[in-house]
Amino acid sequence: MQRLENAVLSKAKELLESGKVSRVLGWTKGEFCYDVSPCVFNTVDELKNFVYNGFCGANLSKYLINESKKEGKIAVFLKPCDTYSYNQLVKEHRIKVENVYAVGVECQGKFDIEKFYAKGVGFVASVEEGLTEVKVNGETVLNRNDVKLERCLVCNKKHVAGEEIVELNEKLPSDSDRFEMVKKLEAMTADERFAFWKKELSKCIRCNACRNVCPACNCTKCVFDNPNSEVSAKANATSFEEQMFHIIRAFHVAGRCTDCGECSRVCPQNIPLHLLNRKFISDIDKLYGEYQAGEDTTSKGPLTSFTKEDAEPSDAVGGNK
Amino acid sequence: MTNEELIPKIGVITNVRKDTPDVKTFRVVGLDGKKLFEHMPGQCAMVSIPGVGEAMFSITSSPTNTEFMEFSIKKCGCLTSWLHQTEEGQQVTVRGPYGNGFPVESAFKGKNMLFIAGGIGLAPLRSVINYIRDNRENYGTVDIVYGSRSMDDLVDFREIEEEWKNEKDFNVYLTIDREQEGWNGHVGFVPNYVKEVNIPTDRTAVLCGPPIMIKFTLAALLELGFDKKQVYTTLEFRMKCGIGKCGRCNVGDKYICKDGPVFRMDELQELPSEY
Amino acid sequence: MKAILKDKLNLLYEEISKKCELYLPTKEKGALNFKKFDGENEVDIESLQTVKSAKDFFFPQTEDMVNFKTEGKNIEIIDAREKIETYVIFGVRACDYKSFEILDRVFLVEPVDTMYKNRRENAVIFTLACNNPHASCFCKNFGIDASSPKGDVECYDVDGYLFFNPLTEKGAQIVNGLTCLEEVKGEDKVDALKKDITKKIEKLPFSNLDLSKFKGENLMELFNRPEWEELSEACLGCGTCTFVCPTCQCFDIRDFKTNSGIKRFRCWDSCMYSDFTQMAAENPRKTQMQRYRQRFMHKLCYYPSNNDGIYSCVGCGRCVKKCPQSLNIVKVIKKIGGEKND
Repeated sequence: MQRLENAVLSKAKELLESGKVSRVLGWTKGEFCYDVSPCVFNTVDELKNFVYNGFCGANLSKYLINESKKEGKIAVFLKPCDTYSYNQLVKEHRIKVENVYAVGVECQGKFDIEKFYAKGVGFVASVEEGLTEVKVNGETVLNRNDVKLERCLVCNKKHVAGEEIVELNEKLPSDSDRFEMVKKLEAMTADERFAFWKKELSKCIRCNACRNVCPACNCTKCVFDNPNSEVSAKANATSFEEQMFHIIRAFHVAGRCTDCGECSRVCPQNIPLHLLNRKFISDIDKLYGEYQAGEDTTSKGPLTSFTKEDAEPSDAVGGNK
Repeated sequence: MTNEELIPKIGVITNVRKDTPDVKTFRVVGLDGKKLFEHMPGQCAMVSIPGVGEAMFSITSSPTNTEFMEFSIKKCGCLTSWLHQTEEGQQVTVRGPYGNGFPVESAFKGKNMLFIAGGIGLAPLRSVINYIRDNRENYGTVDIVYGSRSMDDLVDFREIEEEWKNEKDFNVYLTIDREQEGWNGHVGFVPNYVKEVNIPTDRTAVLCGPPIMIKFTLAALLELGFDKKQVYTTLEFRMKCGIGKCGRCNVGDKYICKDGPVFRMDELQELPSEY
Repeated sequence: MKAILKDKLNLLYEEISKKCELYLPTKEKGALNFKKFDGENEVDIESLQTVKSAKDFFFPQTEDMVNFKTEGKNIEIIDAREKIETYVIFGVRACDYKSFEILDRVFLVEPVDTMYKNRRENAVIFTLACNNPHASCFCKNFGIDASSPKGDVECYDVDGYLFFNPLTEKGAQIVNGLTCLEEVKGEDKVDALKKDITKKIEKLPFSNLDLSKFKGENLMELFNRPEWEELSEACLGCGTCTFVCPTCQCFDIRDFKTNSGIKRFRCWDSCMYSDFTQMAAENPRKTQMQRYRQRFMHKLCYYPSNNDGIYSCVGCGRCVKKCPQSLNIVKVIKKIGGEKND
């Protein structure tokens, strides 16, 4: 992993030094090894705080909405999952493409700090990263799959954007089915499923982290911030409201959600929000044929185009197709 | 349960007077026909229509008016638009008084006063001016410089013409931004008019109006030789609770609803210029 | 000292909950939060921290204030404030307990917030000393001693027992009335635990931050620091920090149309939200940097300026743990506070 970090850092230096870009959007070190933050680097000197490790789960593509409006070209490092969000944003004309130099970076899966704690590690001071194993604090060896974010365990995404890619060709494929949990939910009875979601969503504190981090949620004025819409973001005035928030949001991003998994990573209450979006993706696949949002920047999505072969409403309700 | 400040009283609008194309003055009393509460000049109240909104308005009538309270409200948002299409008899919720008010019993007492207002900015100053009229012997001369976009945008025009101009030792200077048919008075922006009129610098000045007017008028006053300590203003900021708890109007270490909205210019210098 | 064996704690919870409502840290599918005891809770007093702080009890996320019935031009007011009976909050950490003092200074100051006061006065608080503080904890900087959490009753988890140390009359009344407790010689065990905790805290990476620059008199200098730009760069403006923070107290007042009238309620709000200072005419804080700066200036400068130097932060570390992009008050203190912090 160190080799990969060095390769990415060199690329960042090269791009700045050559003047090809005036800024680089990457990640900066925190107080510990795991609290990295997205950051714009303006000079080679600032790059001394640059980091690319297993804790760089943050999807940088959404920051380009504002960054690409500024003068000068900005380079951005995109993991495979991020490139889909990037394409989707370009497709929706949210990013000024001529001001962006996208660079793909290889990813061996990012970590979920809570999984380290669940394994009994009190404090993560350092992590030596290997492809299949990680060494924590110089002594505890853990299976990498045991500490990866859920979205990384089922990821087989490839870079679909980027002028170049920094890779060492070391990524191991995943043989897990990303719809496994969705299928489990579909197999439940309606009451069981409702009880599952009621329990999960009752934890919601309406912090809006999921909405604010989601690249598909890029409306300049969100319906939940509009007092006239009467679904205000400010209160869960009834327990029904939190559920409605997530269902409404899932509908709003359906067909545009690239399954980047950021929503679940950022949720302070560890609600598996991505399952809602995955269910929509699974349904769209069934009704309109397999579709992955963000695969390119030109094709029309199934929900924003009409063909005579489109599923009938009767196919959608009750899942008759 | 004990009285809760955030729970309002019911008020009734007993009179609606159209002042300008977008300003109406509303007269409010309690359900018993009496004034809802006592207040000092410059203080404000939270008025609301349930389901529409609640906002802070300065009480434009003077506390010496024992019969009713008045609010001069400019139509610019949801609540104000709604109020503009109500009629007499409409009930509203009111709570207050909030804010520090003008120092009429301390710093202003015995002083020669200079009031400078632009547009709807006259509303809070009117409470002080009428208070002074009702306690005339406690104050010195009163100069009023008031300007608006046009003749039709001068608020309280009738009161100014028929009462203020006839008050002892009151000098009223009116101006409008651009030439208009039917207007024989001064034409020009307020800051420039202030310089033209050249008021002596022994006055205690009170400014209120759009931010840009305040900026340039203050500059004009300083140019004339006024000190920041002599100039007062009343600020506007988004407010919700009105009692310094919800954090919305917090600027620097002050809450505009509680420590203000009246501030002296030198006090404002110590605050981040976010207002 | 009064004590109970830890594996008998369920008896304690059941006995308390027979007298009044009891709230304790409950595990709930991946998150730990205070929940009402109903006999089935998966109680967890070993884990250090709940996701949401205890401020919810006194300042809930949403709270009905008043209901209006409108008919034609008339309005009727119906008081909707909740009536509160005595209740017990169990397992509050020192940091969360200190946050109550900070909130009191806002809500209990004239005019007194009756809703907050009712909830506050009727609560009996059992605090819990922190056997295993975490690297993200920095309560020591704010004069908080995690080994002596204060409250109505202090609890100490040592040697297989939970020891109780009532500090107030309210606390003593409840503790003395509990039949499940026994007298156990534990003073020296508790003392040893306290010393151990103090040692652990001293070694924490953030225990010695330099707060000296954060004073009311430095207001304009701190406000104008250029570092706010880079500190706020990655901020999403989501409000997570505000909602998990024990001392954040901004709220909004909204009207909600129901079938039977209009409900006016108050709810949490965040100065980080883009429409926090939005007026009909304009918005004085248009950029995220300005809003980010407002939150931290309020916590580290404005609040202490009005409250005898007390900071509106208790070092609980929730923002450190929960910010989606790893921004937090420690980074602000270190960057703006100056070189001594490095």
